[in-house]
Amino acid sequence: MDKENSLTKIPHQILEEVQKAGVETEGKNRSATFLHLNQETIAAKVNEFYEGKLELMDTKAALKKYPWLENYRWKLVSKDKDEYTKKVAEEYSGGYFIHILPGAEISFPLQSCLLITQRNLEQRVHNIIIAEENSKAHIITSCLQHSSVPKAAHLGISEIYVKKGAMLNFTMIHQWSENTLVRPRTGAEVQDNAAFISNYVCMRPVRDIQMYPVAYCSGKESRASFNSILYGHKDSHLDIGSKAVLTGSASKAEMISRAIAREGSEMIIRGMIEGDNPDCKGHLECRGLVMDDKSFMQSIPELIAKKKGVEITHEAAVGKISEKEIAYLMTRKLSREQAVSLIIRGFMDVRILGLPDSLESEIKRIVEWSAKAD
Amino acid sequence: MDILEVKDLSVKVEGKLILKGLNFSLKEGASHILFGPNGSGKTTLIGALMGLPEYEVTSGKILFQGTDITNASTDERAKLGMVVGFQNPPEITGVKLGDLLKLCLGKPVSDDFSPEELKQIEAFRLNSFLNRNVNLGFSGGERKRSEILQLIFLKPKLLLLDEPDSGVDVESLRMIASEIQRYVENSGSSALIITHKGDILDYIKAKYGCILLNGKFHCFTNPMRIYEDIKRLGYEECVSCRIRTDEGWRNNNGQRK
Ligand SMILES: Nc1ncnc2c1ncn2[C@@H]1O[C@H](COP(=O)(O)OP(=O)(O)OP(=O)(O)O)[C@@H](O)[C@H]1O
Ligand SMILES: [Mg+2]
Repeated sequence: MDKENSLTKIPHQILEEVQKAGVETEGKNRSATFLHLNQETIAAKVNEFYEGKLELMDTKAALKKYPWLENYRWKLVSKDKDEYTKKVAEEYSGGYFIHILPGAEISFPLQSCLLITQRNLEQRVHNIIIAEENSKAHIITSCLQHSSVPKAAHLGISEIYVKKGAMLNFTMIHQWSENTLVRPRTGAEVQDNAAFISNYVCMRPVRDIQMYPVAYCSGKESRASFNSILYGHKDSHLDIGSKAVLTGSASKAEMISRAIAREGSEMIIRGMIEGDNPDCKGHLECRGLVMDDKSFMQSIPELIAKKKGVEITHEAAVGKISEKEIAYLMTRKLSREQAVSLIIRGFMDVRILGLPDSLESEIKRIVEWSAKAD
Repeated sequence: MDILEVKDLSVKVEGKLILKGLNFSLKEGASHILFGPNGSGKTTLIGALMGLPEYEVTSGKILFQGTDITNASTDERAKLGMVVGFQNPPEITGVKLGDLLKLCLGKPVSDDFSPEELKQIEAFRLNSFLNRNVNLGFSGGERKRSEILQLIFLKPKLLLLDEPDSGVDVESLRMIASEIQRYVENSGSSALIITHKGDILDYIKAKYGCILLNGKFHCFTNPMRIYEDIKRLGYEECVSCRIRTDEGWRNNNGQRK
C-alpha cells in the first residue's frame, strides 16, 4: 500500500467532515500527516522540509523497524488496567508512532486523524509519542466518526514521553457522534525541565466517553497542563478528568476546564493533582454552565498533598449563565438567544489552550462552527 | 409631545415594594436631570423602564411614544429606541468590548469599524480596550466611558443614564458630557440623566430638573437652580418650596398648575 499520501481514497463527503475537524487535507501548514481509517493506516507522511527532524509511522510498522520501541510500550498505561486496555493488548489495528528528534523545533503542527466510517466497528489503536530532549512540537489530533455510522466504539491507548527540556503541546479534538462509545487511555511522562500541554476539545455530541489521562511529572521543574473545552449536548455522557502526579522537585501542574451541559447531557469533570514533592505546585480551575433542567454537571476536584510544602489550589463554579449578563446584552438590542450564544462563545475561550496564533484561530473556528451547527 | 409616559407605576425588588404608584412623563427632544437621595429608587425606576429581570412591575403602565411597553422584553424596548447606561454595569467574561461595540452598531463582529467609528472610539480613549473583556478590570471611569460610547453607537431616541458622572475625572466628564450633548442635539433625542452633582450641567443643556423623593416624581424647569436649592435646602425643602412658589411647577402628572 502506498502510505505516502492516500487521502484521495477518502470519499468527498467524509473529506469535508475531516476538514471541519481541523485536518488540513492538503497538508499545507502541517509538518506531517497521519490518517487511520477504520482499521487501516492510510497516510503517514512527513513534510519533506521536516525530514530528519521527525519520524511518523504506523505503530505496528515502527515496532518492526525499531525493536527498542518495545521499551516504550505498555509502560505508562497498564495492559491490565481495565477491559478496554486488555482488548487493545489482545488486538489492535495500528496507531501512530511520532518521534520528534533531539533538538528539533517543529514550527508547523503535526496532524493526525483517526476516522470511523464503518458501522459497528470497534476501532482499537495504540499510539506512542516520543519527544526527544530539547525538542519542541505541536500535535493536533482529530478523532471522528462519520455521521452516517449508526454505532461504533473507539479504544485508544496513548503513551507520551516528553524528555529533558522538551516541550510538547498536544491538542485532541473529538468529533464523535451520538452513538459512539469512547475510551481513550493516556499516560505521559514528563522529564527534567520538560513541559507537556494537553488540550482536549469535545464539541459534537457523543454517546459515552470516559477518560482520565495521567501525567507523571517526575523530572525536576517538569510541567504539565491539562486544558479542556467541553460542550455536552443531545444526551451526551461525558466523564472527563485528568490527573497529575508531581514527584519531581519544583514540578508543576495546571488544569483548566470550561464545560457546557445542555439537552439532557451528563458531565462529570474530574481533576486530581497529587503533590509528592515538598516544592511542587498545582492549580485546578473548573467553570461549568448548565443550560437546562434535563442536564447535569458535577465537578470533582481532588487535591492531595503528601509532603510538607506542597501547594495545590483549586477554584470551581458550576451553574447557570448570569441573568444580569444576559439582560445587560439585551439592553444592547441583542435577543435573549443572541445574548446567550455570545456568552457561551466567550465562555469557551480557546485562549486557555495556549496555542500559537494560527492554530488558535483554527481551533476557534471549529469551536464556533460546532456550537452553531445544531 | 411626551416620549415616555409612566402611569401609576409600582415596582418591587426582591419582594420589597420600592416604587409605589409613580406618575410622570418625559418630554420629546428634551434632557431631564433626575436628582434624588440615595436609596430613593432612581436605579430601580430605570431598571423597571428598561424591563430588567430583577425589577418586578406590580401595577401601572409604561408608554414609549404612545406604545404600551409594560410587558415588552428588554431587547424589544432597546429596538424601539430606549437605552440605559448602567450605574454598575456587570462584567462579561469572554465577550470583548470591540465585539460588543460592533453589535451595538448593528454589524457582525467579523466586520471592521469604519474610520468614523474608530475616531469616536479614540475620542472615548477606548482603543486599547477593544480586545479586553467587557468591564473586566475596568476602572470606574473606564466603565462609564464604555457605557456611553455603546449607547451612542446604539443611536437611541431616549437615553436613560444612571450616574454617568460618578467616579469620572474632570477631563473625562467634559468629554463624556459633551459627547452626550452633541448626540442628543444632533439626533433630537431625549434623555433622563441621574446625577448627584451639578457639574454635568456645565455641558448638558437640560430643560428640566426632576426630583424623585418619597415615591413621587417632581419636574421643574431650570435644573441648575434645582441643584443649587437641593444643596442649600435639602431635597424635602427644595420640593415643597418649589411647589409653593409661583415659579411654575410640574406635579406628579407632569402638568403645569
Ligand atoms: N437587589 C436588591 N435587593 C434588595 N434591595 C434592593 C435591591 N436593589 C435595590 N434595593 C433597594 O431598593 C432601594 C432603592 O434602590 P436604588 O438602587 O433604586 O436607589 P437609588 O436611588 O438608585 O440610589 P443611589 O443614589 O444610591 O444609586 C434601596 O433601599 C435599595 O437598598
Ligand atoms: Mg442608583
